[in-house]
Amino acid sequence: MTEPLLEAVNVSKDLGSGAAKVAALKGVSLALKGGELTLLMGPSGSGKTTLLSILGCMLTPTEGAVRVCGHSTAGAGPEDLALLRRQHVGFVFQSFHLFPTLSATDNVRLALDVRGEPSTAAKAKSREALAKVGLAHKTKAFPRELSGGEQQRVAIARAIVGNPSIILADEPTAALDGENGRAIMKILAEIAKERGHAVLIVTHDPRLLPFADRVVHIEDGRIVGEERGGVKLQ
Amino acid sequence: MPLVFTLAFRNLFHDRLRFIATVIGIVFSMVLVTVQMGLYLGFGRMVTTMIDHASADLWVMPRGTKCFEDPSLLNARERYRALSINGVAEAIPVVIGFADWRMPSGTTTPVFVIGSDLRSGGLQPWNLVEGRIESLSTPKAVAVDRSYFDRLGISGMGATAEIRQQPVRVAAVTDGIRSFTTTPFVFMDVNRAREHTGVPSGKATYLLIRLSPDADLDHVRSQLMLNIARVEVLTPAEFRERSRAFWLFSTGAGAALFAGALLGVIVGTVIVAQTLYSSTKEHLNEFATLRAIGSSRQYIYKVIVWQALLSAIIGFSIAALIGDAIVHLTAATALPILITPGLNISLFLLTVVMCIGSAIAAIVQVTRIDPVIVFTR
Repeated sequence: MTEPLLEAVNVSKDLGSGAAKVAALKGVSLALKGGELTLLMGPSGSGKTTLLSILGCMLTPTEGAVRVCGHSTAGAGPEDLALLRRQHVGFVFQSFHLFPTLSATDNVRLALDVRGEPSTAAKAKSREALAKVGLAHKTKAFPRELSGGEQQRVAIARAIVGNPSIILADEPTAALDGENGRAIMKILAEIAKERGHAVLIVTHDPRLLPFADRVVHIEDGRIVGEERGGVKLQ
Repeated sequence: MPLVFTLAFRNLFHDRLRFIATVIGIVFSMVLVTVQMGLYLGFGRMVTTMIDHASADLWVMPRGTKCFEDPSLLNARERYRALSINGVAEAIPVVIGFADWRMPSGTTTPVFVIGSDLRSGGLQPWNLVEGRIESLSTPKAVAVDRSYFDRLGISGMGATAEIRQQPVRVAAVTDGIRSFTTTPFVFMDVNRAREHTGVPSGKATYLLIRLSPDADLDHVRSQLMLNIARVEVLTPAEFRERSRAFWLFSTGAGAALFAGALLGVIVGTVIVAQTLYSSTKEHLNEFATLRAIGSSRQYIYKVIVWQALLSAIIGFSIAALIGDAIVHLTAATALPILITPGLNISLFLLTVVMCIGSAIAAIVQVTRIDPVIVFTR
């Protein structure tokens, strides 16, 4: 039994304060292992993004514990959390969040530059990552010159270029048509299998189900169900 | 090229209109500061030009003399007392004063007379372009600067006029000896200077002391102070400083120039700060993305500081070119703007400090950035 790369234990999160305080997560526990693509599904306001933010070390839980590749986030400050993200987590966002003034290669290279990797090596790795997502011919293109699907592939290249153990994706196919969506999911599934990364995708798109090893359902801040290979576990 | 620099450069040039507005702000600000500081330096040099060109180791002057143009008088017979002190090689009297120059047409204009013992060469006209120093020893002979010909109503060498109802003749012409008061200087022999300014024959404004080769300056100075009553003895550097302090600070001229420079810095800081702040705000999503992918705050600060530095370098370069043009345009005026290499370096550093200081508001904004916003935008 392999150790989980990312683990949340009994995590709760309150957002807002006073009368406006909302319990966004209520005692959530979730473990992600390497080589698996997990879908986190649930309706709007169910706590998907809050859980993703906590698992991605962008938010700290009100209660409970999070461990990233064996490192606890308890008591970590903003810079400690940034270091954990830098070393272990790659992100893919719904609206890509590419830098419009940078080429595809430079957009990917940013993930290495923030780690202080030397420029020449970083350029080579960035081109490799773009080739991996099928964009070897678009290395010099700027985001405005790329289609939505291509932009999301650049974002995936940026997420994987530093070889993080965990990839967290927030609605990565929401802004894409069916064909591009399937292509993106295929790439993410390959990353999980070939590289042994733990991939967590937040979505409410049922078309992604065939790509998942595991599906976790969340509602009203609680995990309400889980399927593995089409079999309900809970 | 480092990616952080590329990012800063592209952020800056992405919105060209805003970038142009920033550069104009910096240029406007730095030209204002350059002109004010150049005037300060130029003024500082102009007010000491006579002291700079006098050949003296010490200046003896009436106690309380504020500047070179101060018309207080001392007893010229003290010259002999000075000469009796060991180490004093020469004590050259100098007489200065305002007088009226009457042109052949009958019109008058004020002039500033400078008289010195021309054989000793204490305070002679320099940059002669016509005539010789020796010719100033002849009766009626004076030297004037050619830039004042129109003002003095003359056409050049040999021209005649009157000072205090006594005839004078232009026997030498200089180039570039201008007064910051715009009153023309007229050089002549010390005795005739007394006649033309009404200074009694036994009086002088200064004694210029030249020391023997082996004399100790401090010892001679203390001896002069001991032996001559109611005078001060200053080195040229001290007299220069006193003159500068009087004209620049006692009159308020220096404070006005500094206030102008400060205004320039404030204007520049506000403009650059506003631009960097709005640029940062516009790129907030990108900075949040950087934070989300794990960049440290320092990495983002570097982007902002590079933006500030690039603005500073481009803005200062244009301001320096304009400053250089202003220097050339004012070179022949009564108050030329002076820009030294030291001033240029100081202004560049000031521009850099101003631009980086302006980045503080943007940096504070980025410090508060929450990477979670990447999920909501």
